[in-house]
Amino acid sequence: MSQQTSAHGKRLLSPFNVVTGCILLVGLVLTAMRFLGGLGTVTNLDDNNPWGVWIGFDLLCGVALAAGGYVTSAACYIFGLKRYHSAVRPAILTAFLGYALVVFALHYDVGRPWRLPYPIFVSQGTTSLLFEVGLCVFLYLTVLFIEYTPAALEWLGWRRARNIVVRMTLVLTIFGVVLSTLHQSSLGALFLIAPSKLHPLWYSGYLPVYFFVSSLFAGMSMVIFEGTLAHRYLHDKMDRTHLEESEGVVLGFGKAAAFVLAGYFFIKIIGIAVDDSWHHLVTGWGAWFLVELIGFVALPAFAYALGVRERNQRLIRVTAIWTVIGVMLNRLNISLVAFNYHLPSSQRYVPSWMEIATSIFIVTLGIVIYRFITTRMPILYEHPEYRTEH
Amino acid sequence: MGITRRRFLTWMGAAAGSQVAVVDRSRAAGNRQFPGHPESFGVLHDVTRCIGCRRCEAACQEVNELPQPERPFDDLSVLEEQRRTAAGTYTVVNRFEGATGPVFVKVQCNHCLEPACASACFVKAFQKEKSGAVSYNADVCVGCRYCMIACPFNIPTYEYDNAFSPRVQKCTLCQPRIENGLLPGCVLSCPKEALTFGLRKQLLHIARNRITRNPARYVDHIYGEHEMGGTSWLYISGTAFKETGMREDLGTTAAGELTAGPLGAVPIVVGLWPVLLTGIWAIGKRKEQIADSERRRAVTEAEQKARQATEAQLAQLKQQMNKEKETAVKQAVQNALEQAASAAPAEAVPGSEENAAKEET
Repeated sequence: MSQQTSAHGKRLLSPFNVVTGCILLVGLVLTAMRFLGGLGTVTNLDDNNPWGVWIGFDLLCGVALAAGGYVTSAACYIFGLKRYHSAVRPAILTAFLGYALVVFALHYDVGRPWRLPYPIFVSQGTTSLLFEVGLCVFLYLTVLFIEYTPAALEWLGWRRARNIVVRMTLVLTIFGVVLSTLHQSSLGALFLIAPSKLHPLWYSGYLPVYFFVSSLFAGMSMVIFEGTLAHRYLHDKMDRTHLEESEGVVLGFGKAAAFVLAGYFFIKIIGIAVDDSWHHLVTGWGAWFLVELIGFVALPAFAYALGVRERNQRLIRVTAIWTVIGVMLNRLNISLVAFNYHLPSSQRYVPSWMEIATSIFIVTLGIVIYRFITTRMPILYEHPEYRTEH
Repeated sequence: MGITRRRFLTWMGAAAGSQVAVVDRSRAAGNRQFPGHPESFGVLHDVTRCIGCRRCEAACQEVNELPQPERPFDDLSVLEEQRRTAAGTYTVVNRFEGATGPVFVKVQCNHCLEPACASACFVKAFQKEKSGAVSYNADVCVGCRYCMIACPFNIPTYEYDNAFSPRVQKCTLCQPRIENGLLPGCVLSCPKEALTFGLRKQLLHIARNRITRNPARYVDHIYGEHEMGGTSWLYISGTAFKETGMREDLGTTAAGELTAGPLGAVPIVVGLWPVLLTGIWAIGKRKEQIADSERRRAVTEAEQKARQATEAQLAQLKQQMNKEKETAVKQAVQNALEQAASAAPAEAVPGSEENAAKEET
């Protein structure tokens, strides 16, 4: 491990480091501009479009794609699918980093970030779904942190503390699933208050259900996708169990995702039937809606099923990326594209390059921290001293 | 001090009263309706009377001490483009082309009876006051701007260029002036009485009267009576509202009711999920245990059977060996006897032969 670290140190000017360095540098400049000049200096937000990519991408996509944590730990510890055990730690770590970055990104978006604890500690607006989101994200971030600590404690060699945390696994997992159910769905429910602004094809009383169900396959697909990335770039950090189980994880999660995607497809159709929005399908908005529903839900469901039947790892891994893009498309459609659909194009929101660069900066930050942790702590392999447990 | 009769009766009365209150509340929860604070104020905007002089805008800027706009208020060329409220501008007048000439409509916060902004705010920065005003408290505002997402009338604005203390900005209904018995700035300044301040209840009467008395002049619709659960600002007009930038497709459901369902599901999820999940875990665990014990039993049984089979085999083998040994011994004895008989012939020989035959069967 330490050899690896020093090897990284020697290759200071590797392409990865140069690109990362540039992004981080730009990000720091933008951060200074944002906090010294206000939101108006870097964003294209205005009074009609108060939420931009920092909410649509950083918050909505970030939370959905970090769902792998609760999905994997629930599969392993609650549903008793022990063969996914080696996938739990990387999933928990990405979820924890994902949520931490979501909260970090929120500091950029809200006007007075130093007041972010207010809804919980100062003035509780309990009628707001955003209050529920805030409370759940706050609690879940804490849960994820605790769930992640065994890796750090093993690395530090604090055996007793580590054992105490490991004994709480089941309770933490259940708590995590409860909190995730609530805030994943509440992110969709946020938009229920604005039926006059969101296009009727996307607006539905089932929005909370849609967001929760889509978080399931978003999480599964992210686990497969991250596994693919880790295989390519962190292969030397994986132990034999991890490598041997990874095929099972890909097949198992691919199969589950195929089923959930299919279910999601049908409840989306039911939503259209309930609101009787069929006639919207033949409009331009309808075409875009069908691109999302057929191109990024129905087809991935089919591709997953095919990949699992033929045991085609490559197809499943490609479909995972496809599904992840589909979930992001859905979140961006609801928060940006189909939101304010009624406004003339001159009043619509288009993100500034600085907003996008800030989002890229935050994602890059996440990748750097992930690499730092996985190259040091027992995430992709089991600590030799604890191998016999579970 | 003992319990006097009077005190006892007071207690009983209090108990009865609280019971009534409880019953009331439970009924209210079953079919909740909020018709607005009874003595709350509002403003009636008669669009047919407005001449687009922008004096209300000027008065608003003055009484609220807002920044001076780039172009003065008497510059009516501003009306050539559609405007909306902005940071530092609580109200604007827009011009539309009606059937019989220009139509002017004033835009500001409508002070909903059940405001979407207040329902959406996660720090309770918005409050529906008894006066009718929807107030905003910048001291707790985090600046998430969910109120702006939620507002069906696109009213709240944000100070995007303020780095350290940005606020949401919107009309206050001149709440401080109302408290001091003064009229809102815009109402006071209107030269054509296009704005009427009063109790919302009475404003509805006035509006209805004007429409009834002059059906040719007005569209039969009081905008704000029911829109999004009702608003404190009311509008009557000679032109269809949707042609003057006011949405008629907002529905009559108050914003809070749109999110009540998912919010109500929260405690149910919190209560049921742990039960369900623990159940799933326990079922899995139990299945595992049963499978384990069955496997163990099967193994024990198999072991037992194997042992029995081995034992039986062993016993058979032993028997066989014993038999062979006996035969060998008998053979040896017979041989010895035969030798003895041949040495000294006797009558015992046939008997011994018979014995040997019996043994062999």
